[in-house]
Amino acid sequence: MNNFILAQAARILFPCLLVLSVIVLYRGHNLPGGGFIGGLLAATAFILVGIGHDMAHARRVLRVDPVVIMAWGLGLAVISGVPALLQGAPFFTGLWLPTFSLPLLGDIHLGTPLIFDVGVFLTVIGFTLHTTFSLAELGHIEEGGDV
Amino acid sequence: MSELIILLPVFIPLIGAVVLLSGSRSLAFQKVGAVVFSGLTFLGAAYLLVLVDCAGHVVLQLGDWSAPYGISMVADRFSAVMVAISSLMTLLVALYAISEIDAARLRRFFFPVYLILIFGVNGAFLSGDLFNLYVWFEVMLIASFVLLSMGGERSELEGGLKYVCLNLFSSMLFLAGVGIIYGKTGTLNMADVAQSLAGSPDVSWAVSGSMLLFVGFSLKAGMFPFFFWLPASYHTPPPAVSAIFAALLTKVGVYALYRTYTLLFQPIFPEFQSILLVLAVLTMVIGVLGAASHFDITKILSFHIISQIGYIVLGLAIMTPLALAAGIFYLLHNIIAKTCLFLVGGLIIRLQGTGDLARIGGLSKSKPWLALLFFFPAFSLAGIPPLSGFWAKLGVVKAGLDVGSWVAVTAALLVGVMTLYSMTKIWAEAFWKAQPEGQPAAAKENMGSLAYMVIPIAVMAALTVAIGLFGEPLFEFSQRAADQLMNPQEYISAVLLDGGEDLP
Amino acid sequence: MEALIAVLVGVLFGAGTYCLMRRSIVKLVIGVMLISQAANLLVFTSGGLLGGRPALVPADGTVPPAPFGDPLPQAMVLTAIVIGFGLVAFLLALVARAHEQVGSDDMNAFNKTDT
Repeated sequence: MNNFILAQAARILFPCLLVLSVIVLYRGHNLPGGGFIGGLLAATAFILVGIGHDMAHARRVLRVDPVVIMAWGLGLAVISGVPALLQGAPFFTGLWLPTFSLPLLGDIHLGTPLIFDVGVFLTVIGFTLHTTFSLAELGHIEEGGDV
Repeated sequence: MSELIILLPVFIPLIGAVVLLSGSRSLAFQKVGAVVFSGLTFLGAAYLLVLVDCAGHVVLQLGDWSAPYGISMVADRFSAVMVAISSLMTLLVALYAISEIDAARLRRFFFPVYLILIFGVNGAFLSGDLFNLYVWFEVMLIASFVLLSMGGERSELEGGLKYVCLNLFSSMLFLAGVGIIYGKTGTLNMADVAQSLAGSPDVSWAVSGSMLLFVGFSLKAGMFPFFFWLPASYHTPPPAVSAIFAALLTKVGVYALYRTYTLLFQPIFPEFQSILLVLAVLTMVIGVLGAASHFDITKILSFHIISQIGYIVLGLAIMTPLALAAGIFYLLHNIIAKTCLFLVGGLIIRLQGTGDLARIGGLSKSKPWLALLFFFPAFSLAGIPPLSGFWAKLGVVKAGLDVGSWVAVTAALLVGVMTLYSMTKIWAEAFWKAQPEGQPAAAKENMGSLAYMVIPIAVMAALTVAIGLFGEPLFEFSQRAADQLMNPQEYISAVLLDGGEDLP
Repeated sequence: MEALIAVLVGVLFGAGTYCLMRRSIVKLVIGVMLISQAANLLVFTSGGLLGGRPALVPADGTVPPAPFGDPLPQAMVLTAIVIGFGLVAFLLALVARAHEQVGSDDMNAFNKTDT
């Protein structure tokens, strides 16, 4: 499966979608967006590459096994609760760094809820891509295929 | 800070799953990791149980949002003992699984998914609000779906499809019930819902919410008339998976019934007890009749799960302090005996190559130690004194006699006899009967190569004997847990007043 | 508006149940999806439908200006949709594998585990 127009479009859309997914992830705490939507957007970027070429190519572009991404995401989400413990506050209390400004980007808010959101982001990418790759390979592998 | 202990049995399995997923792909690492993390989970759960038995309740408000606005995790005696027993079963079945589960399944991340299952189960036991209960149920279900259909064989996929569809359906009914309850009470925290139900003048709408929850939970628990998915799917995966399903999944459904009915619905909807009684009796009878009609070890055991659920729900239906205590005691005994039987069944299948009773035999001669290991859990399940099942059945029957529900008592005793019939059927066919002509003899595996499979079975068999002989402390604990269930006000004030009691 | 949504929930539940009863396993998946959407819609409506603003607290205040929609059902529905998405993805993979193994779309061919 090699779709020329889609493959060329994906070359431009792929980085745009990834950047967009990170923006959506970052603004998610107070505005529409967040880890889940960002993760889906990032996953669609890889799926687009996969439809343009084939899913094995998308797997190579991703470099890492989606299951490992999922594991990192779950791990990050758990870790985001720990800083609160160190401060003596209950588990998962939201802690924020003081707001600071960067040129071009404006005010930056960083804190543990953002770490949690990144965890969700990675988990969603991992899960979506794992399912998609498995489903796509179903048609190619005969008996004993790895799902 | 000691309320943070409540996080241990929930988050240790999750951390374990993350480590096993991202760590080395070597199978030895996966096996050792699974046993280590389930062992740690059990230690955490045991510590929580000790803490809860001293303090009464342990309540944790996640993220410093006070109840009822935030997410509460609550452990009372009943949920703490459920967490402890399910963590113990996890550890023992993990030991069994390291020599039973094949390399292909291990490479498809058998053990991380197994740990995620325990993450969901322990979370469901400790959840303090209805919507999170739903989320934990889904975590547990998706892990069980993967475990069930991992092998990719035809029977696994067919059984898995039936299991997945019916369990998804039950989750949707549960979610709809949660929606109705939220719409009327404006809260999801179970303690807060209980308070506003008790305080509101007209609660007729709660009937629809409680019925949706009831159908959702009893589908998961495998109660009559919602049990049909269970015997169609539980015999398909490897015995270690069947065993952990038998130990945990239906019991989470039963736990949810106990929790919601004692806390939320019994005070406002007492008429339902008689319906529950009828359903419990039918569950017992239909389950045991189904078992009598089968001739395959795992299918017989699957139907016995259903009939035993009937006894446990009978305790809830009678709902006196003694009945609830007997129900809790029965639940604990049943988890141990049932898991042990499934593991013995798995060992028989491994030795003989099939679970079909017509094609196996002669095991009492070739493997006398296996006969002994089967004897204890099987006759404990049937309720022969002095094993643990006898005291559990005695408690339920005594509670039934106290309220004079003769039909239930008669059914309970008859079903006990029928259980004995099923167990003697397996005993006579698999152990006493001579090896059938033309069947391969039992595999020549000595005890050494099966050590990891025999040790968990021996531990569980020893537990069921020990509970039978020295069951007094456990029954007293069950009574303390039942007293808590009978006094929902304690639970409500513990959650809403944030802890209340000072922890040691 | 609530009455209309209530009817819609009923229609979705009915259509989903009808699809579940059919013999085709693809319709089974469609049925599960319809029922899960019905449950989501029910939860969403349970907070009451208000033609207001989202419950966002303005920078210079402590409470959102009335009227505002109840944010909790929205959070619940989002969670339920995410869970439903994962489960349906898994169910699709399972159905595809099962179809490959059984070689039929007909539920009646799935009789190997019948008891």
